[in-house]
Amino acid sequence: MFAATLIVFRESLEAALVIGIVAAATRPIAGRGWWIALGAGAGVAGAVAVAAVARSISQLAGGSGQELFTAVVLALAVAMLAWHNVWMASHGRQIAAQARDLGKSVARGEVALTAIVTAIALTVLREGSETVLFLVGIASSANSSRAAMVIGSVLGLVAGGAAGTLMYVGLLRVPVHRLFVVTGWLILLLAAGMAGQFARVLIQADLLPALASPLWDTSSWMPDDSVLGTLLRALLGYQAQPTATQVLFYVAALVLISAAMRRAQSRRPAA
Amino acid sequence: MKVLLALLSLSGPVLAADPEVTIQLHEHHFAPSEIKVPAGTKVKLIIDNQDATPEEFDSFALNREKIVFPNSKAIVFIGPLKPGRYEFVGEFNQKTAKGVVIAE
Repeated sequence: MFAATLIVFRESLEAALVIGIVAAATRPIAGRGWWIALGAGAGVAGAVAVAAVARSISQLAGGSGQELFTAVVLALAVAMLAWHNVWMASHGRQIAAQARDLGKSVARGEVALTAIVTAIALTVLREGSETVLFLVGIASSANSSRAAMVIGSVLGLVAGGAAGTLMYVGLLRVPVHRLFVVTGWLILLLAAGMAGQFARVLIQADLLPALASPLWDTSSWMPDDSVLGTLLRALLGYQAQPTATQVLFYVAALVLISAAMRRAQSRRPAA
Repeated sequence: MKVLLALLSLSGPVLAADPEVTIQLHEHHFAPSEIKVPAGTKVKLIIDNQDATPEEFDSFALNREKIVFPNSKAIVFIGPLKPGRYEFVGEFNQKTAKGVVIAE
């Protein structure tokens, strides 16, 4: 039962943190709760659909279909998070200024919302499809501890949701004029982490070379499966033994997105 | 540039065929559960799941995770590895599905 809790918690953690951060980042935008729910809902529906055809997907591209599919989903999610951040860089100050005005809602957040809803849906879809496959495995096994595993899975999902809620509540304590700077950084790091994962799956499929593997090894003092390691993995893309290829993609995403944000900020339209 | 070339050379010869190792998964046990691979070269792992349930081949040490569908095979490229022991598990059945890759 505990094993099931841990599996589902790990799979749901990243998606929950993305939702928590995004919910805080879009705080002043009217009706954003519905949009976030829509993104999460679409992600769950997508996860079930993907799980249903996952076997066929995995057989594509000479057995590397799973990796290619994950890579495409990750790349799209990175693009969406980047888009959101760039948009916020040019409109964020304006939104923050309006939001301070007695919590008045900002109506013109459609662009940021479209990007963010898509990013949520993609993250839930990617992490969720593995959870669905795990649950289907439990359901189809003749295991006597089936009920306990289902309860364990639900607990894992609750724990993941709690982590996301904690992130959201924590961010709510940040004053509005600083909130977008903080969420911007968090989203930037999430995107860089996903870019690193993108490299990892392509290395696994032998579509990218594993340069300097591993570039460093911190597994003795912060293992990937430790509490802090798991959290930093979901939040920053931490890995105890990454290849140089992953680090290159991580840094490239970080540099490119922040450069685009800076550019957008300097071209901020007059309020 | 020199550093880049040195890094590239670590990824092993491109033309030589990668060594292949097949691991069977039967009743949530890996067989063999201990596999020896050459260090310093990329290796093609073939995981043959003979069970009726899906499994996730998972290893933090190898930096890999992949779903293996019921009664089917999955390919995972690993390495090039430094000499050492690299543990892996079947994440969905961690109590029994355990193994180790030994690079030497």
